[in-house]
Amino acid sequence: MRSSRRREGISKLTGQERYVDDLTVEGCWWGMTARSPVARGRIREIRFGRGVDWSEFVVVDHRDIPGANQVRLIELDQPVLASDRVRHVHEPVVLVAHRSRQMCRRAIREIEIVVDPEPAVLDYRIKPTPEQIQYGPDNVFKHLRIEKGDVDRALASAAHVIEGVYETGAQEHVYLEPQGMIAGEEDGVLVVRGSMQCPYYVLNALMHALGRDESHVRVVQTPTGGGFGGKEDFPSNLAVHAALLALKSGRPIKMIYDRSEDMGSTTKRHPSLVRHRSGVDSQGRLVAQDIEMTIDGGAYVTLSPVVLSRGIIHAAGPYACENVRIVGRAVLSNSVPFGAFRGFGAPQSQFANERHMDRIARTIGMDPAELRRRNLIRDGQTTSTGQVISDGTDRVEVLERALCRSGYAQKKEECVSFNAAHPYLRRGVGLAAFYHGSGFTGSGEVYLSSCVDVAGLEDGRIEIRTANTEIGQGTLTIFATIAAERLGLDESQIVIAEPDTARVPNSGPTVASRTAMVVGRLIERACDDLRRTLGLSEADTGQRLRDAIMKWWAEHPDTEPVGHARYESPPGVLWDDQTYRGDAYAAFAWATHVAEVEVDLRTFATRVVGFWAVQEVGRVINQTLARGQIQGGVVQAIGWALMEDCVWDDGAMANAQLTNYIIPTACDVPSIDVEFLENPYPHGAMGAKGIGELPMDGPAPAIVNAVVDALGVEASAIPLTPERLMELVTHG
Amino acid sequence: MLSEAGGQATLLGGTTDLFVHWPERMLDADGVFIDLSGVGALRAHRWEDEALVLGGLTTFWDIIQDERADREMPVLVQAARTVGAVQIQTRGTWAGNIANASPAADGVAALMVRDAVVELTSCDGIETIRLDEFYLGYKQMRLRRDQIITSIRVPRQSCSVERFIKVGTRQAQAISKIGVAIAQSQAGWRIVANSVAPAVCRCRTVERALDDRVPLPHVDALVELLGSDVSPIDDIRSTAAYRRGVLARVLYHELAPLCEWVGPQRGAS
Amino acid sequence: MDECGLVTIELTLNGGCVRLEVDPGERLLDTLRDRLGLKGTKEGCGEGECGACTVLMDGVPVNSCLVPIVQARGKRIETIESVDRAQLSALLDSGATQCGACTPGVVMSAAWVMQHPELLHTHGLRELMAGNLCRCTGYDGIIGGLAAAIEAGLARKSEGEG
Ligand SMILES: Cc1cc2nc3c(=O)[nH]c(=O)nc-3n(C[C@H](O)[C@H](O)[C@H](O)COP(=O)(O)OP(=O)(O)OC[C@H]3O[C@@H](n4cnc5c(N)ncnc54)[C@H](O)[C@@H]3O)c2cc1C
Ligand code: FES
Ligand code: FES
Repeated sequence: MRSSRRREGISKLTGQERYVDDLTVEGCWWGMTARSPVARGRIREIRFGRGVDWSEFVVVDHRDIPGANQVRLIELDQPVLASDRVRHVHEPVVLVAHRSRQMCRRAIREIEIVVDPEPAVLDYRIKPTPEQIQYGPDNVFKHLRIEKGDVDRALASAAHVIEGVYETGAQEHVYLEPQGMIAGEEDGVLVVRGSMQCPYYVLNALMHALGRDESHVRVVQTPTGGGFGGKEDFPSNLAVHAALLALKSGRPIKMIYDRSEDMGSTTKRHPSLVRHRSGVDSQGRLVAQDIEMTIDGGAYVTLSPVVLSRGIIHAAGPYACENVRIVGRAVLSNSVPFGAFRGFGAPQSQFANERHMDRIARTIGMDPAELRRRNLIRDGQTTSTGQVISDGTDRVEVLERALCRSGYAQKKEECVSFNAAHPYLRRGVGLAAFYHGSGFTGSGEVYLSSCVDVAGLEDGRIEIRTANTEIGQGTLTIFATIAAERLGLDESQIVIAEPDTARVPNSGPTVASRTAMVVGRLIERACDDLRRTLGLSEADTGQRLRDAIMKWWAEHPDTEPVGHARYESPPGVLWDDQTYRGDAYAAFAWATHVAEVEVDLRTFATRVVGFWAVQEVGRVINQTLARGQIQGGVVQAIGWALMEDCVWDDGAMANAQLTNYIIPTACDVPSIDVEFLENPYPHGAMGAKGIGELPMDGPAPAIVNAVVDALGVEASAIPLTPERLMELVTHG
Repeated sequence: MLSEAGGQATLLGGTTDLFVHWPERMLDADGVFIDLSGVGALRAHRWEDEALVLGGLTTFWDIIQDERADREMPVLVQAARTVGAVQIQTRGTWAGNIANASPAADGVAALMVRDAVVELTSCDGIETIRLDEFYLGYKQMRLRRDQIITSIRVPRQSCSVERFIKVGTRQAQAISKIGVAIAQSQAGWRIVANSVAPAVCRCRTVERALDDRVPLPHVDALVELLGSDVSPIDDIRSTAAYRRGVLARVLYHELAPLCEWVGPQRGAS
Repeated sequence: MDECGLVTIELTLNGGCVRLEVDPGERLLDTLRDRLGLKGTKEGCGEGECGACTVLMDGVPVNSCLVPIVQARGKRIETIESVDRAQLSALLDSGATQCGACTPGVVMSAAWVMQHPELLHTHGLRELMAGNLCRCTGYDGIIGGLAAAIEAGLARKSEGEG
């Protein structure tokens, strides 16, 4: 497969790309946010100090919200601006606007939000006291359950029963471009431009909070400097804030978070606690998996129910086991709401599972690779939800390729002799086998009912209209390749419309590894539909198509030829939301990753010295982009595994600065070796499956497994910082 | 100029400390800023017979680029290369590192281990102070607000051992959780640690033990000696226990190959 | 940065002389972006960590968010706007940019390394690029592209000499 060059690559490399902060808008003022100083309480008073002249400012609070004071998402429990109560530190309460950004900073310091504190939940793992209850009877946002077979019976008769508890911490996205929005009214239409993944989410939130209909609100995505889920749900909040200031001031308003504000007040990956109890037979085959997953949802529901859903569906791993019980809970705590983050619950649950597989292997004395080889799902077998896997992928082959590429067996031997000889360095090798479902969970895609348009332009070129955004992952390039391939055109003949809700249909959010596979497939179908509209057959491509478009315009100068497509579930995909049984995802991507680490027993620092990533992702549409997704995801996961630690202090992130929240630099990671096995998926664009989130799932357990291999201590919580590892090694 | 400002002036060096979060910080800034960068003479460093003389504006990068420094005083180059990343090294100055008085200052550790002397200039004249006598406590030092660090003299005594080991929050662009500089010369052993006390400090108890060749059979022996030299704390980057334990381990493993009285052989006999 | 009076400074920007009025309290980054409209240089953190704001000052990379504009007086400043496209194809092909937010800074550091291949006698590429955080690429695309660009540059040079 050829790899087209990234479409906007030169524009980015030369600094020509214009992000939201780069836009200059005539008459624009700056907006800024005053926030709660405490984790929970009742707002007694808001004091405005004398250090600034308030007549120069526009000030907004909850009383200025024309529609509902609710951020529209799954539930409506999160206020746009707190009115009487706050539920987390940095919760927005008051907004200010001024011509000068520096004056806004001054004004924010002059605002004192006086809160009478109430008992806050600062540790989601501890059962709340009655005074701490803030949601339902027990602070539980969502309960979910998966049942297959008879777990208790299987456990009772298993040759070995192995238990383990695993924990993962919060992770900050650190997209390099902070959150930012510009809002302003243009001819009675409120227009919001900004950094986001999902223009229609933002549109819906604006309509809800502003009490406007679709014809009076418009959302345009600007080139977005990274998202990773952090710009899935959160931008709705900021967009409404900017809009409120714009409406009250009658001017365009720009709100750009600085890094500390961004890190302190926006969503992060859900912390998790997962318990495993597994039964295996004497051959090392899994006969029972009993799993309990709890995630910390933070102060409001936001996306926690669906994160939990994906989490538990992936919790049993890519293994065949006839008796599975998975119980999941998302619970409230008084910290910033945890939100979408690449992998969406699956990295957490698969960290636990893949760590646990190693614990099983050690307990029964089997090589970890062999244990996985015996248990990986074969075609015809079922997942925990009873989904029959029959995609023709050889999952054992994926494992074998990873072992072979990394030289796993030989490395293991080398480590033993190295460790015996070295005074303080210890090496180890670890692996993880895992999978990731592409697209929305269960019936999600059906509910979304996404639409795509493909139009023939007057000059004969083709325009693709979707609401899916380029956030670095390569949407523009991939879409152009898909359409060009389908229509037999050169990619230069393809135009990708700017994601502008006034111009593009709702093709669903840019999340869940769905863009290439699901939306790409819609583009293919819309291309076919365009041909039908033009009276062409599927064989008509290239010049014939161009001619037909030109002819159309000559004959119908007032109507453009458009092809439409709306999502249809692939045949035979059935899911029951009540019982959590059936086909959770239309397709899965499969992978095995191997990590080699070196632990320094002087400093307890772990360095990843080698990393091999083998995955089957359907057909690879663009090698360069796909490799970049894997490498970037692996490195983000290395950070999560070893160094990225949100330090909490009374519900606030104490290290909300890049100098104290540590993500990997070029010196902290090795070169990541990547291999794709390709088994085209018939219902994905050009045979593609999802790829973006997959690489977040495996590296953390592979790395920690390697540390365990090196040291022989059972590490079960990440980030496995040197401090934590020292505790484990010196105190067990 | 400094005295005109009535001791309220802040000097701008490479501003890699002063300008962090500047827009926020500016709101608190009072008084005057005096830019030193116009004073060209402060930038250059020179090799004299007895000492390497760093100017008040000599950057880390200036020393990293000096092959002679790499040959004669590798500890300076090693430490400089661990400071931030290139963009910080090209701007950050040795004098700023000293005057910022952070307990985590890597450059200070390397200078102190080589017995550097700071030269302070004001209207009243020039004062020289040994760097290991310069700090009085957390962010407290013998530098008046009307004084400028005009140079830092690093004696050219040859060292049989000199090195800087940094345990940072990551491999680069990292603040020290622990740093330790080690040197041995005719003057004896020098052990300087950062991030384990209110200011960068010499570990004199350990130095004396090394000079006296006191057997140190295992890490715990060093932990004990260090107990009177350092007083680490828990903070956002690490814990006191980690700092204490890891400083001892790093030192132990560095010293063991160098000193036959450090290590299990001695302990066993 | 409204309150203080303006001062006039001169500097060499991307090869040309500029004379402009600035607020002495502003950062070089602000001057470039807000006064001169050079939006290529990005602010990723304002604390010197991320390197998105990297420019060359008198030929070496610095974080423009940490440079008081008064210290740029009389200096030679080069920004992303001065970079020759022809230099960039290796980075493009290797996947050195994804979201692009770190990219202008990455390119400035890379351009400096390309101009000074002798740095590689003492430094590794990863160490030289460690001041540019990238959250998307995992660095392979950047390091690989830079290595290829340097090789191509050396090859061109030896052809020129040969
Ligand atoms: C991203 C980043 C990473 C960093 N990493 C490290 C690291 O790894 N290790 C480390 O040690 N430091 C690190 N630092 C801190 C900083 O770079 C160093 O402390 C540097 O040496 C400061 O020098 P400067 O010239 O930039 O100081 P400035 O910021 O200019 O000044 C610092 C202080 O010193 C005073 N001062 C400056 N020059 C003089 C003088 N000649 N006489 C009297 N007073 C003076 C100033 O008034 C001010 O109070 C880092 C900083 C950043 C932003
Ligand atoms: S913005 Fe200057 S280093 Fe991040
Ligand atoms: S390309 Fe997105 S941060 Fe580097």
